[in-house]
Amino acid sequence: MHTAVVDAPPGHLPRKIQIVPLVGLPVVAVLVGFVIYAIAADELWPLVLCHVAGGALWTSIDLFVGLAVGPIIGGMSPPARAEFSAKFMPKMVIIMPTVVTMTLATGLQLAMKMGTLNIGTESRDWLIASMIVVGVMAVVALGILEPANIAVLWEMNKPQPNPEIIGRMMKRFVYTAGVTGLMQIATLIIMTRVRTL
Amino acid sequence: MSADAVSTDTTTVDTGAGSALDRPFPRAIEMATLSLACVVVGGVWLGSHATEEASLTLPTALMVVAAALLATAAAMVSRVKGFSWNAFRRVGKWALLAYCVSAGMIEFAFVSNDAPSDVLWVVTGLLVIFALVVPFLIATTVARYQD
Repeated sequence: MHTAVVDAPPGHLPRKIQIVPLVGLPVVAVLVGFVIYAIAADELWPLVLCHVAGGALWTSIDLFVGLAVGPIIGGMSPPARAEFSAKFMPKMVIIMPTVVTMTLATGLQLAMKMGTLNIGTESRDWLIASMIVVGVMAVVALGILEPANIAVLWEMNKPQPNPEIIGRMMKRFVYTAGVTGLMQIATLIIMTRVRTL
Repeated sequence: MSADAVSTDTTTVDTGAGSALDRPFPRAIEMATLSLACVVVGGVWLGSHATEEASLTLPTALMVVAAALLATAAAMVSRVKGFSWNAFRRVGKWALLAYCVSAGMIEFAFVSNDAPSDVLWVVTGLLVIFALVVPFLIATTVARYQD
């Protein structure tokens, strides 16, 4: 894969990339507040809403980015890839941690409320398998993918970005997004199995 | 030396001149990722035993190992000559804020479910490391390529 992303003439990229889109923070605050309410109230509907909506978005985005957008980015010309990344990656910085937090925090609460983690229940082994899958994805996403994402944006904000650094980080981003995308297939299988037990 | 080369040497690393990619860098990021993995395994163990009384030996051991790995990684980075602490701080403080919120929500889920105090201590310890190690990873990955 060609990894040099930024070899466009200076001025082709937006001069300053907002790494964390501030306009999204109020939306995140509302969602986090709703998750806190759902856990504190311990009511089924808000918990299911947060878990299903968050989980559906998380799985869909991971699959779409890993298996559709990632290869498209890989095949773009370096200037096009740089421009796309400059607009796309800040959105991921704010969307992904939010949907992951929504899903996991309410998922544990739901399991405890519904007793699906209790010893002797059919769903217990499936849920533990799901936690293991999520654990692997968390290490890949938080340890490799997200630092690479931020590093790309930081480098792009320099007056003279180093295309080699951006290329290497983008390569890491594309590959790890593919890995988490594939692992989400396991999540889909587990969650639909749990629901139909 | 290849662009990917890293050094396990924990003595002072002279980054000197040259491209940011060519500079040797200790295996601090790998150590911190391993620390994160320990936290995650501990968290999965605690989550999977959330509805029963289970031994806390494994998660406690993982917490100690994770803390040691993170401390070692931080010590390794602190010895890198010319490391951009300015970039590290600028990125790290916001990441720290974000992951404190995230860790706080997980802690809240355990507290609101009346988790026993011994479990809560281990959960808190793991979450403190989690809230430190992810910002460390992000900030170090960014700062290592700064001039």
